Amino acid sequence: MTGPVVDTDRAGAELEAGLDALETEVREPRPSLPRRAARSVVPAASGIAAVVLVWQVVVSLLAPDNVPSPAEVWEAARFEWRSGRLPEAVVTSLQRGVLGFVVALVIATPLGLVLARLPLLRRAFGPVVTGLQSLPSVAWVPLGILWFGLSEATFYFVILMGAVPSIVNGTLNGLDQVPPLLIRVGHVLGAQGTTLARHVLLPAALPGYLGGLRQGWAFSWRSLMAAELIVRSGAFGLGLGGVLEDARQLFDVPGVVVGILTILLVGLAVELLFFAPLEQRVLRKRGLLVDKR
Amino acid sequence: MSTMTTLRRVFGVDAGTPASEAGGAAVRLSGVTKRFGDGPVILDDVSLNVAPGEFVCLLGASGCGKSTLLNLVAGLDRPTAGSVEVDGDRAALMFQESALLPWLTAAQNVELALRLRGVGRAERRAETTRLLELVRLEGSGHKAPHELSGGMRQRVALARALAQDSRVLLMDEPFGALDAITRDVLHDELTRIWHEVGVTVLFVTHNVREAVRLGQRVVLLSSRPGRIAHEYAVDIAQPRRIESPAVAELSVHITEHLAAEIRRHAHPAGGPR
Repeated sequence: MTGPVVDTDRAGAELEAGLDALETEVREPRPSLPRRAARSVVPAASGIAAVVLVWQVVVSLLAPDNVPSPAEVWEAARFEWRSGRLPEAVVTSLQRGVLGFVVALVIATPLGLVLARLPLLRRAFGPVVTGLQSLPSVAWVPLGILWFGLSEATFYFVILMGAVPSIVNGTLNGLDQVPPLLIRVGHVLGAQGTTLARHVLLPAALPGYLGGLRQGWAFSWRSLMAAELIVRSGAFGLGLGGVLEDARQLFDVPGVVVGILTILLVGLAVELLFFAPLEQRVLRKRGLLVDKR
Repeated sequence: MSTMTTLRRVFGVDAGTPASEAGGAAVRLSGVTKRFGDGPVILDDVSLNVAPGEFVCLLGASGCGKSTLLNLVAGLDRPTAGSVEVDGDRAALMFQESALLPWLTAAQNVELALRLRGVGRAERRAETTRLLELVRLEGSGHKAPHELSGGMRQRVALARALAQDSRVLLMDEPFGALDAITRDVLHDELTRIWHEVGVTVLFVTHNVREAVRLGQRVVLLSSRPGRIAHEYAVDIAQPRRIESPAVAELSVHITEHLAAEIRRHAHPAGGPR
């Protein structure tokens, strides 16, 4: 440092430190975990309680045919749970769903990257992928049965047809949303090709990609349940869809309701315990998520 | 980095610095012309030498091709005609927005520049600390970009640019989005760091006072097409105050020229534009 710069240096440093302090947002600390849980759980639980209450009142007052009361459903659920059939079905379906989803992820991610890299290929196949995404995946079940018979392969086929397009599109959207400025910065810093992809493109695409994964899981789970309802055999384990269909054939209405609720709960649990925290973590780290008050 | 070379004397210097006529320029533009496809000519026969360690401000209204010029010097684009030569491998470039990678902390942003340059892990850590100290952010390295103020983000971006260890630092209106007092502070900071590091700076702005506050030389570009209209040597001792009479006086003079350049576009002449 030379001559006159030194004289003003201290004052300048203090001015700067003062500005830094003033302009850095004073943030309220995040509410504690029990508090956050209470804030989201209490309203949700109240909503469910209200639905159950209305349900009970309607059943007791009107006594409609074939509508079980909450108490009857609860009884049926306890029975199914204790018999071991329900937990086994949950495990079987979850195993299929998760394995199918992971395979879909492994296939779809490179596919998405390749399409993003080669614009001509993308123009050719992008619309096909988007079209497939809007096709209800239950439509693949008959074809799956003809190709793979009554076997577990049919489940995986249907899951893949449901989840792969979502994840491919999520990957493409994520990469499309990378701000051009960040790519320029990458170039200025000397990153090209795979280095650019590793340090700039892929991390920048992560939020969109996670959105695609989340949707891919939802599609996997729905496709699997549709397939399990239709494809049933003693040769492989009974999934939740199978439990539901069994109950229908026995005219066991409480059993059917238990099946529906279990499918709902498992799908919700994966979403709430896995995808939501993952996405929130990524967004919060980048300052893209504001804590709700 | 040189493409087609047309040797040409630096022209239109009404107060040239002797350094710019020296042989080893840090940046040498010779007869640079740029147009995109069949579009209008963006830059027309621009020749400019920047001496090593010099601080040159490029000044112009919209449409003078300032950003195009910086892209050419940064090697992100090629001239249609003429040559661009830059000392060292690659010029560092700072934008109006900090363009920090939001998934990395301030320190990691700086470190990435070192890593992409091939600096080893241990040395990276020490160098990152040193650079953050240089921009007076030693306590904020662990923060994410969104936790920093606009001025702090630009200082991290400056540290990252310096981490490239380029001989030439290009700045594209880096303080344009900041409030007045933060900008003043960053002017002082940049002047101090330029003294300390001895890097060559090519600073683009449309703010006349900012150009006079910072530069040893101010180059005024005309608009559509961008040409060098005037050059001014700024013989005012650093550190300058942006509100000082000397800065104001030269600013008034330059602003008159700039206004005249802009007025020429008030009544577009007939014929193809």
